[in-house]
Amino acid sequence: MAEFKPADSLYEWFDQRLGIDKFVKVMMTEYWIPKNINFLWAMGVLLTVMFTILLVSGIFLLMYYKPDMNMAFDSVNYTIMQEVGYGWLFRHVHAVGASVVFLIIYIHMFTGIYYGSYKKGRELIWISGMLLFVLFSAEGFSGYMLPWGQMSYWAAYVITEIFGGIPVIGGDLVVWIRGNFYVSDSTLTRFFMLHVLLIPIAILGAIVVHFYALRFPHVNNEEGEFFDFDKEADKYLAGDKKGSKVVPFWPVFLSKDFFVLGFFLLFFFYLVFFHYGFAMDPVNFDKADNLKTPAHIYPEWYFLWSYEVLRGFFFEIAGISGKSLGLIAFAFANGIFLVLPWLDRSPMVKPANQRPYFKYWFWFLMVDLIVLTIFGKLPPTGANAWVGFASSVTFLLLFIALPFITRAEAKKVGGK
Amino acid sequence: MKELKILAVIATLVGITYYGIEPYAHHVMHPEVKAADFTFGDLKNVDTKLAGNVENGKTLVEANCLACHAIEKAGHPAMMPNADSAASYGVVPPDLSHAGRIYDKNYLANFIFDPVSAMHLSHKYPVGGTKTFPMPSYNWMTPQEIMDVVSYLQSVAPKVADNAEGHKVTFEAACGRCHSMKYGQLEATTPADVIKAYMGATPPDLSQYIKSRGEHYLHGFINDPQVLLTGTSMPRVGLNAKAQEEVIAYMEETGDRKKAEREATGLYVMIYTFVFAMLAYLWKRKIWSEVH
Ligand code: HEM
Repeated sequence: MAEFKPADSLYEWFDQRLGIDKFVKVMMTEYWIPKNINFLWAMGVLLTVMFTILLVSGIFLLMYYKPDMNMAFDSVNYTIMQEVGYGWLFRHVHAVGASVVFLIIYIHMFTGIYYGSYKKGRELIWISGMLLFVLFSAEGFSGYMLPWGQMSYWAAYVITEIFGGIPVIGGDLVVWIRGNFYVSDSTLTRFFMLHVLLIPIAILGAIVVHFYALRFPHVNNEEGEFFDFDKEADKYLAGDKKGSKVVPFWPVFLSKDFFVLGFFLLFFFYLVFFHYGFAMDPVNFDKADNLKTPAHIYPEWYFLWSYEVLRGFFFEIAGISGKSLGLIAFAFANGIFLVLPWLDRSPMVKPANQRPYFKYWFWFLMVDLIVLTIFGKLPPTGANAWVGFASSVTFLLLFIALPFITRAEAKKVGGK
Repeated sequence: MKELKILAVIATLVGITYYGIEPYAHHVMHPEVKAADFTFGDLKNVDTKLAGNVENGKTLVEANCLACHAIEKAGHPAMMPNADSAASYGVVPPDLSHAGRIYDKNYLANFIFDPVSAMHLSHKYPVGGTKTFPMPSYNWMTPQEIMDVVSYLQSVAPKVADNAEGHKVTFEAACGRCHSMKYGQLEATTPADVIKAYMGATPPDLSQYIKSRGEHYLHGFINDPQVLLTGTSMPRVGLNAKAQEEVIAYMEETGDRKKAEREATGLYVMIYTFVFAMLAYLWKRKIWSEVH
């Protein structure tokens, strides 16, 4: 055992036992981030803050929420919204936060795609990120059920029904997920458990893995430049702060993130207090009624693009029913981003606009996703159904074509 | 500069998406609501320009209306408890104390002349059908007599304060026989099963309707339900503009009780956040001046 001198101060006492100095260095003041980055690199910290806000507001909601089919609606809309001091504030923050977190997740994801931050050593950052995306999706879906409004109920009905399309086990699987033959009290209680316990724990774990995965490959930068971090760090520590290509996480990187965070929060709170309708659908202020199907059923906005891929196939092709085709396409859409690092066969780590072929692919994908999102909400009738079909097929083709496009690009740029 | 360009690109993409899934999608799913018509111009059976005679109206009301209706404010209490009158008529007949204040004059006169056509409920109570509306048509009265009745009802109606209490009185008089308002501790005076047998549907609790339907929709809907929900059992009740405002105000006061607090708090939070953002900006400039 190491020898302990009597400590001169409280700080030293803790430092001897926990190695605070060293820890702060490793995690903060000597954790090196490239200097050449823009505000898009603040999205990760924004997400961390948003997750914290969701966690804290969620804990407050949990104190009054009742996971019971007969009590849930009033516990949210009356007890929390009207009776509990500032209960409405926690609900608004939580509901709007859950929606806005997806906006930031998408910006974060597409930043990663745009700058090619998922390859050449960064594969595990990407994969742990996708894992977070899946977990956040499950968290969003399970949470949306809790107020037990009409949209809670029917979105849950439609989405759980999707699993019924899986061959052989489908029917049993739906019953297993719902805990009943239809969406019922047992469904609500188990989704409550998932929402407040299992998924949050998994998210916390996945965030740790994500951060750890960032450590060795290092964060990418605006030009996709690879350089020797140790050499640049030495330069910085020797006093050549202006000449070095890196900055420490604290205080330099975070000072910029706080600035971005400040303006983001301004936007966020505007939505929370004055413009929350997009995150708290009016239809959901009608209590769930299993005998009354709403005229239009749609998931939350962040699921619309994949929902539209599911709905896009509405007729039989080559003897396979539209429903089965939709399901296959839906499974494809939800899994394909995970393998992106291997679909991109070009070695270039550059912003998309500097890549001769990839840039077209990227912007095409953005347009297609926006079309899918918008038509995912509109009633799938007449021309809308065909736009949905075309944009769903386009989505599939884009990903099937990606390896070929990027291989051609690799040839053109000659392995650089 | 470059960062502003990136911000502009993101704002554009987000803006287009937002427009598509919110204003545009709502526009497609909920076609434009016709503006409310508070003249009830389609009703022309009674010449409402005739000046009514209150005294004569009083005599007519006592002879024709009090068999079923109470007028508490004029000293005529209800004949039987609500449950019993609901069982006999299908719905509790309204106490007419507030009728002269909350109903549009033209509507009220034409309602007395022929209730079913004024309420736009001919599809529920067709002429010669099996169901008949409990209140008979007073189409045998002369227009002058009907206007006398209207004048009398207007003369007995008490004023209510322009506050939550007053709004509640109007809501109870206008909607409370059929609709409950759980979050305001109001229960419909007619029992739900009786109404269901009578109207063919259970009137919903209105506690959260200010949120689920929104003020704009409610304005059009209350004014003429059939326009927005063809075939609905809900009658056109004939509220004048002021009474309808009061009803909707009450729905907001019970359904969105924290609105004022939310808006006031929101302002403070935004000011606070703005100060934080500015300080963060200054701090960032100071820190980055050392590395750039
Ligand atoms: C939802 C919770 C998430 C949190 C809290 C989070 C947090 C972070 C943080 C703090 C960073 C470093 C700074 C930055 O570049 O922003 C980062 C980087 C990264 N994240 Fe995430 N992230 C999350 C989700 C995701 C998702 C869904 C993906 C995509 C599938 C993803 C992919 C990446 C990538 C590729 C990087 C590296 C960026 C680069 O090297 O430039 N993350 N993340």
